[in-house]
Amino acid sequence: MKLILAIIQPEELPDIKDELIKRKIYKFTVSAAKGQGKEIPVTEVYRGISHELSLLSKVRLEIAVNDEFVDSVVEAITTVAKKDGVKGRGKIFIFPLEECIRIRTGETGAEAIG
Amino acid sequence: MKKNRLLITSLTLSSLSFVFASEGPSAAEAMFTANNTWMLVSTFLVFIMHLGFASLETGLTQSKNTVNILFKNTGIIAIGILTYALCGFNLMYPGDFNGFVGFAGAGIKNPDGAAGLIGYAGGAYTYYTDFIFQAMFAATAATIVSGAVAERIKLPSFLVFTAIYVAIIYPIAGSWKWGGGWLDQRGFYDFAGSTLVHSVGGWAALVGAYLLGPRIGKYSKSGDIKPIKGHNLPLAAIGVFLLWFGWYGFNGGSVLSADPGLVSLVFVTTSLAAAGGIIGAMITSWSISKKPDLSMVLNGSLAGLVGITAGADVISPMNSVIVGIIAGVIVVLSVIQIDKIQIDDPVGAISVHLVCGIWGTLAVGIFSPDHSVGVQALGVVSYGVFCLIASVILFTVIKSIMGLRVSEEEEIIGLDIGEHDMESYAGFQIFTVE
Repeated sequence: MKLILAIIQPEELPDIKDELIKRKIYKFTVSAAKGQGKEIPVTEVYRGISHELSLLSKVRLEIAVNDEFVDSVVEAITTVAKKDGVKGRGKIFIFPLEECIRIRTGETGAEAIG
Repeated sequence: MKKNRLLITSLTLSSLSFVFASEGPSAAEAMFTANNTWMLVSTFLVFIMHLGFASLETGLTQSKNTVNILFKNTGIIAIGILTYALCGFNLMYPGDFNGFVGFAGAGIKNPDGAAGLIGYAGGAYTYYTDFIFQAMFAATAATIVSGAVAERIKLPSFLVFTAIYVAIIYPIAGSWKWGGGWLDQRGFYDFAGSTLVHSVGGWAALVGAYLLGPRIGKYSKSGDIKPIKGHNLPLAAIGVFLLWFGWYGFNGGSVLSADPGLVSLVFVTTSLAAAGGIIGAMITSWSISKKPDLSMVLNGSLAGLVGITAGADVISPMNSVIVGIIAGVIVVLSVIQIDKIQIDDPVGAISVHLVCGIWGTLAVGIFSPDHSVGVQALGVVSYGVFCLIASVILFTVIKSIMGLRVSEEEEIIGLDIGEHDMESYAGFQIFTVE
């Protein structure tokens, strides 16, 4: 089992979600995040003063899957997010997952995750 | 139910037969009712401006100070109306006086019967209407200060300042013109208060913001300006639209009757100036910042409104457009300049109300053949000197007795928790990392 953690651009979320579902990956968690990546500095103007932003809005996507689904997840994200030469497309982190328990039934491991 | 309906029907019939039996109201009585009704409509339009001010100030400041800002704005309207009943009204309209300070006694009167009411202002409105319309104005001056000193002033100190300023300074200053005082006798003209309301508030805003110093983090040690962004631009926009809405009563009611020609002219000049202010601010901010700034065009409409307030009934519609456009240009340049000299005014109150108030007052001399720029300038300077001195004394005394600014720790946590132990958006997740 693996936990896949991806930091993506917020506007890419709907397409990435579609790609995941296409690959039969239905369970994931999304949260709003702020982060600093290679696309900084980004400038904004407020009341005549232009200033550089360092923390930008991101989406944090967490997906726990059985090992055979890891490649599909990575493919689903990169299909959408990979834009040649555009900086700040995000990162994918993959962790080994020790255990998974479905709270309602008490099932564990591969069964609980799927 | 049936019984009640019968009762109502018979009442209606009997009152109808009364109307037909008598000759009905005279033309003068009908005019009196129409005039008085319009003045009361204007009164509640001015009332809603207080919600406009509260929304605008909330929108252009940080979420951690929202409870405090709404609390101040709620306190102001209570203090404004109560002190105006206690002494303000009779300080502002003392009757015959020396032209500088007069007082017709504490409290407001109960005029004798219907004759006392109709005879009060030549059939334009009742004594009560006069009081309540003016009382709604009074609190406006203090509300202007609130925006400039936001996010760092101690609540008790602000309330004490407001009470004294509205109870004494505003009405004395007002009596010089509207009470028939020395500036009125010299031909100074301020129709609805570019100077008497907006600049009077604006001078205190300037002194308050200067004495308090900038908010923590507004300027770096090397002098760079770091914007502290308003947390809710939709709320700021609602505030500005409410203010514009209320301005029809602020200016329209200042005709002091329902005179069809004058009231409709004032509606036209008021609207054209506000529209001009938006365009002036749009062009200026777009060309300076390379991006069209919403908060600046919102300020621009208010700038146009403040600008036309002094001459809404004596400036022609086409000239009111020019007054508005210039006000819109001035307000953007002023906001940027005041920021540069490190006077921190979170909502632009000094630029909108003081700077454009001065412009509007001078514009009367420029665009109305019946008034002179010299006398208008005399008025601007006189009010400036008086309000500056009064504000400096008041703020300095309050500072030495009870302090003016919250602690650094409290400012960083926010005044909602610091002053009130209460948060404004319980249950919402708000990022405060930047």
